[in-house]
Amino acid sequence: MKPIGKDYVKKKYDQVVPGGIDEWPVVSLSNNRDAFIKEVTAESIKRIKKLTPKRSSLIEEIETTLFREKLRVKRNPWAVDPPDEADFLQSIKDRLLEISTNDDKEDIDETLEDILSEIIERYASEIAGNFKKSRYRMARSIVTFGFARLLNASRARGFWSIFSTRYSLQDKIHITGEVEELRTLAKKGTIIMVPTHFSNLDSILIGWVISALGLPAFIYGAGLNLFNIKIFAYFMESLGAYKVDRRKKNLLYLETLKSYSSLAIQKGCHSLFFPGGTRSRSGQIEKRLKLGLLSTAIEAQRVNYQKGKRDGLHKIFIVPVTLNYNFVLEAPSLIREYLRLKGQERYYVENDEYSTSYKISAFLLKFFTKGSDISVSIGRGLDVLGNYVDTDGNSYDKSGRQIDTQEYFTKDGKIISHDQQREDEYTRMLSDRIVEEFHRINKVFASHLVAFVAFEMLQKKFNKLDLYNFLRIPEEDQIIPYEEFKAVFQTVLRRVHEMYNKGEVSVSPYLTGDPDKIIAHGLANVGMYHAKRPLIKNKKGDIYTQDLNLLFYYHNRLVGYNLEKYV
Amino acid sequence: MSKECVGVIGSGSFGTAVANILSKNSKVLLYARNAETVEKIKSTRISNGQHLHENITVTNSLEEVAKKCNVIFPVVPSANFRDMMRQFAPFLHPYHVLIHGTKGLDLILPHEMPTDFKMDRSCIRTMSEVIREESVVVRVGCMAGPNLAKELALGHPAATVIASPFNEVINEGKRLLRSEKFQVYGNQDLKGVELCGVLKNIIAIASGIISGLGFGDNAKGLLISRGLVEMIYLGKALGGEISSFIGLAGIGDLVATASSQTSRNYTIGFKLAQGKSMDEAIAEMEETAEGVNTIKIIKQLADAQGIKPLITDTLYKILYEGMKPQDGLSYLMKYPGNIDIDFL
Repeated sequence: MKPIGKDYVKKKYDQVVPGGIDEWPVVSLSNNRDAFIKEVTAESIKRIKKLTPKRSSLIEEIETTLFREKLRVKRNPWAVDPPDEADFLQSIKDRLLEISTNDDKEDIDETLEDILSEIIERYASEIAGNFKKSRYRMARSIVTFGFARLLNASRARGFWSIFSTRYSLQDKIHITGEVEELRTLAKKGTIIMVPTHFSNLDSILIGWVISALGLPAFIYGAGLNLFNIKIFAYFMESLGAYKVDRRKKNLLYLETLKSYSSLAIQKGCHSLFFPGGTRSRSGQIEKRLKLGLLSTAIEAQRVNYQKGKRDGLHKIFIVPVTLNYNFVLEAPSLIREYLRLKGQERYYVENDEYSTSYKISAFLLKFFTKGSDISVSIGRGLDVLGNYVDTDGNSYDKSGRQIDTQEYFTKDGKIISHDQQREDEYTRMLSDRIVEEFHRINKVFASHLVAFVAFEMLQKKFNKLDLYNFLRIPEEDQIIPYEEFKAVFQTVLRRVHEMYNKGEVSVSPYLTGDPDKIIAHGLANVGMYHAKRPLIKNKKGDIYTQDLNLLFYYHNRLVGYNLEKYV
Repeated sequence: MSKECVGVIGSGSFGTAVANILSKNSKVLLYARNAETVEKIKSTRISNGQHLHENITVTNSLEEVAKKCNVIFPVVPSANFRDMMRQFAPFLHPYHVLIHGTKGLDLILPHEMPTDFKMDRSCIRTMSEVIREESVVVRVGCMAGPNLAKELALGHPAATVIASPFNEVINEGKRLLRSEKFQVYGNQDLKGVELCGVLKNIIAIASGIISGLGFGDNAKGLLISRGLVEMIYLGKALGGEISSFIGLAGIGDLVATASSQTSRNYTIGFKLAQGKSMDEAIAEMEETAEGVNTIKIIKQLADAQGIKPLITDTLYKILYEGMKPQDGLSYLMKYPGNIDIDFL
């Protein structure tokens, strides 16, 4: 039996940018915030006009926006919304009315231009982050210090342990994978980190990881709903967040958002997208990514090349990251939502489930005092077409030949052209590559594996039932005899190790050695702090579930590896 | 006439025909694998029985093709396609555009066959997938449609479909191929169009058998329509869109191939019906009939997946298990008729 060891290194990393915080692109962005908003506004207007070449189509687009916005204000208002929103919309409406009675074409165009830039500027200033270096420093130390205190208090016993420094966040959050490569690439070019998204905690977690690795702050889009809470808003803004409002799905807003992201990347700001767009409801690794923000990475790369910025400093690197948990606090509500949505497709209001500071604090407290360890796997860097890069930022094809990424944007190797349809297709290809990398770097935990095996075994036994009926089978049918379970578990485990050896997946160090111990470890950790446990042993030593929905959720983590065949 | 140079890989009858069409608009660099063939073509200016247009230069160097041409048309049999791509790949760049004209499949089986091995879609590659796998080229397309090489060589009017997810590839294809005798359409469903070309070869063999047995147009009409239904089912299962099958590359190509004696696949079927064995029939052919291999691959796949494509299944028995063509036909005729159309 191999000993169970650590697979992460606990170490203190130097700052990547030696000049300190003043050298960070994100700082210069926020120092020139007003100028940047102007730039974003101009760029967005240019895009929207290109998309609506005729006057009538532009008017239609503005009218649609107005209609949807009024509906949103009425039906789904949030605390964070500015109070003058209704008045603003009314003024737009009045002016649109004026246009419809006006015959002077020049006059109309002028008014339209005004309306457009007012709306866009409003959006742009809402989106724009407000990074303050002093606040960043403070937020960082609060997070690190505060959480470390909580951690030590909960792990060790006794009053004085609150001052202990035995445990740091790095014991809680294991950072594994291509850490050094990421740090090197961050010096060479612009990083776009694309993590999987399972929990609301991810934003803070990844923010901490970035700072712990000595990287400059990344800008990232955070749901506007999180800004409803003042204290949360404070931390998010300090950590470099800009705001994304998922309620606004109109063209004007979406183009402003894309311009913001694209221009920030062009200015060398490291960025972070959750490419799934939202937390994975099913617990599965994202299969289909949101292409909107992702396309800005490709666009920014092309623009940089067009401006003749060929050196490493302006190359854009995509770094996939997976966050691996034994326990996701929101799992019960996420899976319920998933089942409801899949069961009957229907529109639902983007709700704001973390609406009170109390809920948030309770969540964090529970997580840091109780939640089990988390591991963060950093993947290899890719260029915007999904080719691996080396530490110098050079791209390589599958057979190890160096290639020039710029050539993807040319027809003859020389002249760079802008072809939107081509870039849309590249975005799809990049998205496929990221999903592929997610599966490769995803770390299999014992807890995922026990959940997967148990759920598949049960489902196989009731293969005549569809998912919904299956999830309602009576409790006495939800028991699996231990020996039977162990036999199947070992078969699947063998397969996982095979895949690991081929580099198709990553595994936790707990996944070696005595199978009984692995199973015990998995059972002890899978969704450990839910009121109803997804998987547990009964008195006879057999395995059963207290909540089949939750078991389904944790099982889903390993969907997509074709492991069902081995059950 | 533009100065740019377009590449064609493969000097078979279709490759040569494509080169001749391209030569109307641009300079063409035609690659032949065999150095002797190259010399022969150079001295005679005849490739595969077709006179070469003066704009065509012949070469034996893949490197030269990659260096001089940005758009390249690989037209080599599917059996050699992957090897060709492996030799070609080191010279290719991300700016190259490849539009292939090969109507076959590539089969990949694991090196160590697990005992419980089950063949599935992941074991099969279309030619565009081979290109993507073996090279850095991403802007890939295919050319498919009723393009019987012998008729193209005579300059008869014809049309083709260029399929690619990239509009720029479709536009390049149109620009380079279009002439007064040759019409070019575009389609974004690359997989579907490739599969049309691949699957129609199966039906073409069946059509040859029917003619060889001396049956007439009623039988052919029956075969073509039922054959199309089978193509659509298989094509959809393999990732194509139904709509492509009712286009030029689907029904257009099917009608042409299934009624043409100049088609290789048709000819194979015809010879079989006349009582020749598979080996004899193949030995008499000058060039590869892709359908023979396609039937084998599709049959294996269908078996593994537990589905039964009736025509392909019967053809497999005739080709590989010694069933008499006459018996195969009566088996098909006895099979209880189903609903005419149930996929739209």
